[in-house]
Amino acid sequence: MRVPKLAVWKFASCDGCQLSLLDLEDEFLSLADRVNIAYFLEASKAVIKGPYHISLVEGSITTEDDIKRIKAIRKASKYLVAIGACATSGGIQALRNFSNIKEFISIVYARPEYIKTLDHSTPISDHVNVDLELQGCPVSKYQLLEVISSFLNNKKPNIHSYSVCMECKRKGNVCILVSNNIPCLGPVTNAGCNAICPSYNRGCYSCFGPHESPNIKSLSNKFRDIGMDDSSIIRSFRMFNSYSKSFRVIDNERA
Amino acid sequence: MFRYVVELDDFKSFFDVLKEKGYEVIGPTVRDNAIIYERLGSFNELPIGITDEQERSAYRLKKRNDKALFGYALSPYSWKRYLFPPSIKLFEITKKDGIKIIENDYDGKKLAFIGVRACEIHAIYIQDKVFLDGKFIDPVYKKRRDNIFIFAVNCITASNTCFCVSMNTGPKVTFGYDLALTEVIEPNHYFIIDVGSKLGEEILKNVRHREANNDEIKKAEEVVNNTAKSMKRSIDTSDIKELLYSNYESEYWNDVAKRCLSCTNCTMVCPTCFCNNVEDVTDLKGESSERWRVWDSCFTNEFTYIHGNTIRSSTAAKYRHWITHKLATWIDQFGSSGCVGCGRCITWCPVGIDITEEIRALRSKR
Repeated sequence: MRVPKLAVWKFASCDGCQLSLLDLEDEFLSLADRVNIAYFLEASKAVIKGPYHISLVEGSITTEDDIKRIKAIRKASKYLVAIGACATSGGIQALRNFSNIKEFISIVYARPEYIKTLDHSTPISDHVNVDLELQGCPVSKYQLLEVISSFLNNKKPNIHSYSVCMECKRKGNVCILVSNNIPCLGPVTNAGCNAICPSYNRGCYSCFGPHESPNIKSLSNKFRDIGMDDSSIIRSFRMFNSYSKSFRVIDNERA
Repeated sequence: MFRYVVELDDFKSFFDVLKEKGYEVIGPTVRDNAIIYERLGSFNELPIGITDEQERSAYRLKKRNDKALFGYALSPYSWKRYLFPPSIKLFEITKKDGIKIIENDYDGKKLAFIGVRACEIHAIYIQDKVFLDGKFIDPVYKKRRDNIFIFAVNCITASNTCFCVSMNTGPKVTFGYDLALTEVIEPNHYFIIDVGSKLGEEILKNVRHREANNDEIKKAEEVVNNTAKSMKRSIDTSDIKELLYSNYESEYWNDVAKRCLSCTNCTMVCPTCFCNNVEDVTDLKGESSERWRVWDSCFTNEFTYIHGNTIRSSTAAKYRHWITHKLATWIDQFGSSGCVGCGRCITWCPVGIDITEEIRALRSKR
């Protein structure tokens, strides 16, 4: 097999997900031996022309130009993997989707007329076909490695769409929601972080976004039972994955 | 059968005796606001004078008015995690210098479980049938199971989520132990000990004890009988198979699905749930690979993913499958119920779905 070409693309995002790739450190070096890092501006200015075997796409779509660019990237890529909360659900910047973008622009920018943006921040899959989505804010570097390693070895990646609870229970944690009334979004959140927050007695705040079948209403009822008011419940879902299909309806789901 | 008395002070020496015989002692201790089963260094790490209050989706520790060692009901996790570990490497395969398979030795060290409840012994025997009966014997489970010492405890308290009486699995320990104890606190603090095996006899030999008199035995019986009487929850199992087999299409499952989070917690804490998955982890170079076995759950989509489709994708279908297997098809498959009435699925369900209430509601809909 020819050395596969890897590209890393950025849209509206903080760069944290692509940094996870550099965070791999030693493994990143072995990765560099196996793939041709053809486009990864965070790591190198050198750019090799496409097509690319695998494209990792970070960030959400927020401008007309983004739409054109993601379509071109899709065309140039055999496999397209959306990485992170922005690319898979619209990210923290999708909070704009619940308000009027024009008002924000007029308050934030001295010269609003210079700003050309869409009124919604949307995930990559709203615009092009995506082969795999890796959730998380940021993504887990181990999951990132698993995806690339599986691609190189022609195997199915071990990426799961079940809840954080599964990882939490395998670790032997005591459920903080049941034993301590700590609001925890773990029961509706996708696994992948190895239940890091509940392991330190912090409630999960769903930086990995919804799992395959999240029951928002039922968990909201539980939160109400332990004393949270409606606005706090809504706010807990209005984070990095607020615009994911199951979390965006939280307003309608309450009560 | 003789029964013996061990005084509180002498009880401490069980720890030393077991250690001398090469056992690592696993027993109840307080960690993270719960009583969990963990490696114990000494007697002092037992949850002395602490109890647990359990309700639907609620668990709290409370101080007792006495110095009971085993005055709590049940740990969040069963002994399952020691016999059927949540994740274990099965083998490693490398092709660096020709293909080599390196098998894991499965870590079958000698473990002494202190504080095993009657329902938990039933659960272990149910998992024995799953892992050790028939043509395929699970080597991970077997190596561990062959090396455990069971020090059982008759319950002196039931939690609000216990229902072992209705499942015929407790609270009195009747089989499957090396030693069993009943803790009597008032007026004097002592333990009535039953010997269940040669190994148990050998351990007891090294701990100061004497034969129990009739009053002491009566007192111990009374304690366990009171626990049974205080149990609040129950499942009517008289027609359980027919009930579930005639309700596959019940609308009721949609009602449960409105509450169920499909979070898998019930299956993770269940002492008999045995589903697992194997995953291969390959290195970047493709030179070596590890095969891991991990706990799985019938509440995930992946669990029934076959050839491009998930068979049970709705939460209603998942819950129906779990409860029907646990209480009915399990009987056809393994000859006993898969439920021992420990109530963990009730306590640890984040939204308080209660297996006893669901059965009652299903029956009332008929």
